[in-house]
Amino acid sequence: MNIYVLMKKTFDTEEKIQIDGGVIEEEGAEFIINPYDEYAIEEAIKIRDDHGGEVTVVTVGDEESEQQLRTALAMGADKAVLVNTEDDLEDGDQYSTVRILEAYFEDKDVDIILAGNVAIDEASGQVGPRLADKLDIPYVTTITNLEIGGEDVKIVRDVEGDEETVETSLPLLVTCQQGLNEPRYPSLPGIMKAKKKPLEELELDDLDLDEDDVEAKTETVEVFLPPEKEAGRVLEGETEDQVKELVSLLKTEAKVL
Amino acid sequence: MTKLLAFAELKDGEARNVSFETVSAARQIDESAEVVGIVLGSENVEDAANQMIQFGADRAVTVTDEKLANYTSDAYTQAAMAVIEQEDPDGMVMGHTSSGKDLSPRLASKLDSGLISDITGVEGDQFVRPIYSGKAFEKKSIKGGKTFVTIRPNNIAPLDKDESRSGDVSSVDVEIKDLRTIIKDVVRKASDGVDLSEANIIVAGGRGVKSEEGFEPLHELADELGAAVGASRGACDAGYCDYSLQIGQTGKVVTPDLYIACGISGAIQHLAGMSNSKVIVAINKDPEANIFNVADYGIVGDLFDVVPKLTEEIKAQA
Repeated sequence: MNIYVLMKKTFDTEEKIQIDGGVIEEEGAEFIINPYDEYAIEEAIKIRDDHGGEVTVVTVGDEESEQQLRTALAMGADKAVLVNTEDDLEDGDQYSTVRILEAYFEDKDVDIILAGNVAIDEASGQVGPRLADKLDIPYVTTITNLEIGGEDVKIVRDVEGDEETVETSLPLLVTCQQGLNEPRYPSLPGIMKAKKKPLEELELDDLDLDEDDVEAKTETVEVFLPPEKEAGRVLEGETEDQVKELVSLLKTEAKVL
Repeated sequence: MTKLLAFAELKDGEARNVSFETVSAARQIDESAEVVGIVLGSENVEDAANQMIQFGADRAVTVTDEKLANYTSDAYTQAAMAVIEQEDPDGMVMGHTSSGKDLSPRLASKLDSGLISDITGVEGDQFVRPIYSGKAFEKKSIKGGKTFVTIRPNNIAPLDKDESRSGDVSSVDVEIKDLRTIIKDVVRKASDGVDLSEANIIVAGGRGVKSEEGFEPLHELADELGAAVGASRGACDAGYCDYSLQIGQTGKVVTPDLYIACGISGAIQHLAGMSNSKVIVAINKDPEANIFNVADYGIVGDLFDVVPKLTEEIKAQA
């Protein structure tokens, strides 16, 4: 099976966000594999172990993305591909990313593509479904279980807490939701092996694309931090009195009751 | 004149609130636009179409087909594209719900259009959306093509309902075919009580709830307030409640008017799911708990003492 994973690096969840010159300051920040993409990598490895084949992890990013690709290889992926847009793409959006991925997948024989259902930074969740549309293959989002038997695929997906069972077939794109699996940590031998696994680096040129082809359809005008919240009020006194005061504050001051 | 489509979303044959919020958002994008409601479903589409008009749409277009009973990407794409092709709108607004998230990128792809997802505000031709789990915000605009956005439920207030308002409701015939995904079964886990993502008030429990039974006082408070019950990942991991209740970075992102956090410490991953709530109340034994840093009002105390008393007090002051 030809198994592909779409991966993105994101800020570590514990990172504080700072803005410098109108953009999010990335200098010194810790990056991780987008947590939802970890589910995708884990599932891809399991599919390969059950059905054979090869797992290729693809990212559209910059030189720094190599670190997260190596982590994916250390988890057990076989190959990695970095489409480095550092020099060519100023402000890409989901349209841009999908144009690049579409070009990459053009000559690939795909059985399944796995992606996170959303990235925790930009949080648009667009890339998976957009790419499936361009490749003209079915997609199923926010999956929590996946069984492949021949060409047939049985999926359980999360629909705002409800569980929907879906049947479809390969080739297919899925986006992964929490609950699908427990992503493994890279083992030491895994990390050693990862250093020798192939990591292909491409630029837009290599995909016969130029800057105009991937020009974004949307534009970020401003980035800002939420207003500093005023310190809350911790109530005092006997529980009965606190509760009375709280209800009255919620009614008269906050006006939410 | 600008024409904007506002997508209704039906659940069990009823239009969800977010449907009416899409009409309101379309009006905010362009006050003078013709706002056309679009209703796809297997039944009750006329009712929902009229509701869209009562909530401010000028007219509505429907597609009725058995294959639209439950959302699937293939069937809904075909139905939506048929309406889009007929209407050729300048823009579209859809809810950032499970089906909106699934469908909107595909429509945007078909139209080679931009899409600004999960917006919480409209400021002229700019759209405000939270990024980095609500730790920052960005304003985005469309550079060309259709103005296509999805709105986070519960952030853009619907217009007042006007039952005397009327408008044309027309239907489009679509032959829906070649469905590549088939829904075999739906297990309802989250449908008890109020829908978390649309709730105005949420009562949420954390590890401090200590057991499945420990959620009982929270449910009683929620019933009294007409609220939904949610949970932190800690409570879900400990098996006190189903993961369908989880609020946080993984799990649901909610922005109710009032969020009452009971026995929740306030890990950053949890805050990512609720810190944009309008008013936050924290009830926790530990005065140092991080949740107090984001709370508007805090009570330091045992939730098993405080929550029942709070329920009684709300009853008394009702």
